[in-house]
Amino acid sequence: MALVASVPIRPAAARPGQILAVSVIALFLAIFLVIPAGTVIYTAFTEKGTGALTIVNFIDFFNTDLFRRSFFNSVYVSGMSVVWASAIALPLAVLTTRFDFRGSLIIQTLGFVPLIMPPFVGAVAMQLLFGRNGTVNLLLNDWFGIRVPFMEGLNGVIFVQSLHYFPFILINLSTSLRNIDRSMEEAAQNLGSSGFRLFRRIVFPLAMPGYLAGASLVFVKVFDDLATPLLLNVKDMLAPQAYLRVTSVGLTDPMGYVISVILIAVSIFAMWLSAVAMRGKDYSTVQRGGGGLSRRKLSRGESVIAYGVVALILLLVLSPHIGLLLLSFATVWSFSPLPDAYTVAHYGRVFGESSLYIKNTLIYASLAGLIDVVIGGAIAYLVLRTKVVGRRWLDWAATAALAIPGVVLGIGYLRTFYGITLPDGTPLATLWVTVVLALAIRRLPYALRACYAALQQVSESLEEAAENLGATKQRTIRRIVLPLMTGGLLAGFVTSFSTAAVELSATLMLIQSNSDAPIAYGLYVFMQSPAGRGPGAALGVIAVIMVALCTLLSHYVIERRQKALGTAK
Amino acid sequence: MTVNINSAALAAGPAKAISISDVNLYYGALHVLKDINLEIQPGEFFAFLGPSGCGKTTLLRLIAGFNNARQGKVVIGGQDVLDMPPWKRDIGMVFQSYALWPHMTVAANVAFGLEERRLPRAEVERRVKAALELVGLKHLADRRPSQLSGGQQQRVALARTIAIEPKVLLLDEPLSNLDAKMRVDVRRELRELQQRLQLTTIFVTHDQEEANTVCDRIAVFNEGSIQQVGTPMGLYEKPANLFVANFLGTANILGGKIAGSGANRSFEVVGGGSIPIPSGTDVPAGAKLVFRPQYATIGSLEPGAVALEGIIAHREFLGATVRYGVRIGASTVLIDAPFHSGDALLEPGAATTLGLKPSSAQWLAH
Repeated sequence: MALVASVPIRPAAARPGQILAVSVIALFLAIFLVIPAGTVIYTAFTEKGTGALTIVNFIDFFNTDLFRRSFFNSVYVSGMSVVWASAIALPLAVLTTRFDFRGSLIIQTLGFVPLIMPPFVGAVAMQLLFGRNGTVNLLLNDWFGIRVPFMEGLNGVIFVQSLHYFPFILINLSTSLRNIDRSMEEAAQNLGSSGFRLFRRIVFPLAMPGYLAGASLVFVKVFDDLATPLLLNVKDMLAPQAYLRVTSVGLTDPMGYVISVILIAVSIFAMWLSAVAMRGKDYSTVQRGGGGLSRRKLSRGESVIAYGVVALILLLVLSPHIGLLLLSFATVWSFSPLPDAYTVAHYGRVFGESSLYIKNTLIYASLAGLIDVVIGGAIAYLVLRTKVVGRRWLDWAATAALAIPGVVLGIGYLRTFYGITLPDGTPLATLWVTVVLALAIRRLPYALRACYAALQQVSESLEEAAENLGATKQRTIRRIVLPLMTGGLLAGFVTSFSTAAVELSATLMLIQSNSDAPIAYGLYVFMQSPAGRGPGAALGVIAVIMVALCTLLSHYVIERRQKALGTAK
Repeated sequence: MTVNINSAALAAGPAKAISISDVNLYYGALHVLKDINLEIQPGEFFAFLGPSGCGKTTLLRLIAGFNNARQGKVVIGGQDVLDMPPWKRDIGMVFQSYALWPHMTVAANVAFGLEERRLPRAEVERRVKAALELVGLKHLADRRPSQLSGGQQQRVALARTIAIEPKVLLLDEPLSNLDAKMRVDVRRELRELQQRLQLTTIFVTHDQEEANTVCDRIAVFNEGSIQQVGTPMGLYEKPANLFVANFLGTANILGGKIAGSGANRSFEVVGGGSIPIPSGTDVPAGAKLVFRPQYATIGSLEPGAVALEGIIAHREFLGATVRYGVRIGASTVLIDAPFHSGDALLEPGAATTLGLKPSSAQWLAH
């Protein structure tokens, strides 16, 4: 025993480089996420003027008719959007995973298309197609003498949002369905269950975690969205109210902050609820050698119905894109099913006047993507490969950005950085860099997941082999880890880039002059006036093409890399 | 393949000894390595043998620098390495998964360690060539690891390691990812290569046959501590405890108690029979009787053998031998009887007599 005690104890020490990395990232997250969000929450709980802590602002909020209505409208719209998005996603998911269906590939490809266009861009096109005097209603009126209020008030928001966000449910639900082992289903069949009862009692419950994950995401996204209701001229919802209070009443009005706190609280609540519902329910049951659910062949009659349903849904899903494309080439389109005549003048105008928007977007979105990949990659490495103190906190803080809606982050930046001025007197909050940082923070959680996935694919023994042969930690990162993570990092970059390129809510709060504006802002400005719709639509089409091209390119690059590396681990 | 040796091309210098003293390692409260003491001679081919989870790979990784021992010393060639980071240790390790970098060619993989040592370009090229020649893969230098077979990947991993001319070579289950036929070939090649390079080598395995066939000496691990160190034959002939006896080869173990004292001691087997204990034999407290299947005879007694009564429980015909399961009391022992053409086999259920010489029996505890 005496001998053992005399031998020195070696603690596992963190390296200085790791501590430095943790400090820098912590500082970044503190300044651009924690402090702005904290300021918003703090302001909501202080009395205007005196600064004393109070909950009187919240009492005021619930005593005001407009705010109460806005709150219930937001909950109603989000809830109904989930219902309709499920109605669209469920048949598509079941058809592609459970049946031998030739259209599966089309569904899987086209199902993602809505995500590459922000919902507010399609909103205007949807007005023209489904509005009171839009294509569909004009035709219905001519043929049957009826009009369906697709786009009236809240209906319009629900319609546009569910068409835009259903892929979240489709993707998660399909993955869950695919991960159910065939034997689960066969055991139920063996015991006498079949058809719809089998689906309701075995298959759907097993796919529930995926469905809930998708549904809660849709709820939160719709609840936080600012631009779609604004463009559809629906003002009595929470996010538009927060924006309007801050921009029209001013930064000192407490109601904008109260609404922000409620937005954050509901986001967290929805995520918490889905996390609780899924706790301990990792149903991924595919075993080695086992296959996914068995696929059934459709009979002839069933086939016809299936193709009909799919065609209808896809037509609906793609209608914003079709509408936007028509609008971008239309001279006049009003009170008629289709535009009166076609022109390319809008594109000419957009490329002439508005190329600045495109340039700004490329710069902002690339910078945001770059920041996300660097910080996300660093956090992933610190969490997965080191034991340095504070690494978990970085992970939590970066992920917490999920719960901060864009409009809240925008308000937080204005409040926090407006008082800080540059030597020439410009407030920090009005610099274009602030927009980049806001975009980077908003996209960080997604980029972080991509970085985790990328690093998890690099077996640790590959790094140990490098160290064993004489490479230091830094050299190992440079020569082994980074090259092997490239594909994953690129995927993270593209995710951040393509979503940042069309993000509006934070941008709308922070952009002060037209010359600093990105595409999303330009679109919003164009779409405000009937004369601007044509060029706005042209700009929208350009944005969609830009994002789609980037996504395709990255898929191509990643696939080629994967082929080059082969399957060796 | 044949191992081509150009002994001038890769020289590892004089072989180094490894001395491990009082090493203890904890994962939280879990005591993973317990008081490890071990002396490995220069140029020795040494095996860490044990079941999975026994600590053998943990100790290997500790020598390479991937686990930090809380206490103890690991001295290689006169230098304590425990406080060095892995990249300063000059210890070559071949990983179980080979850990070949998929984004580099075979040649680039092998060159990596040399480049990290900032060797001149010409020297790097010379040594890469020599190492690949050594393992017979010179013609595959420009391939990617994913284009190679498992055996070829294993040889690249080996070439990459010996190219840096390491002080010692660590092999972590190097044969486990190969098919049975390859395993036999590669282990012979490994032995040959090690002999030519005169490199002190540690070989981790859970397969006693691998350890027995290639290694000079073996350390048997169980539950984080070394049970016994010895040559393959020594361990088989004189196991230190029941675990080693059972882990290396097949051992029959019979419980019982000691009767008499001094020169008249004997062991009374539970369920029948009594075996005199040869004088001078060390019998630890709670010891059991241990013997190998081929050391007992069945049906006849050799001179000096003692009889144990039993009943045939089952029988396996193996060609050269017949393995009988014989029930004695509540336990069943295995007896290998040589088979000669025309022999009649004993039937299950028949009563029989086993003959065992006290000199080929042992008494072991735990």
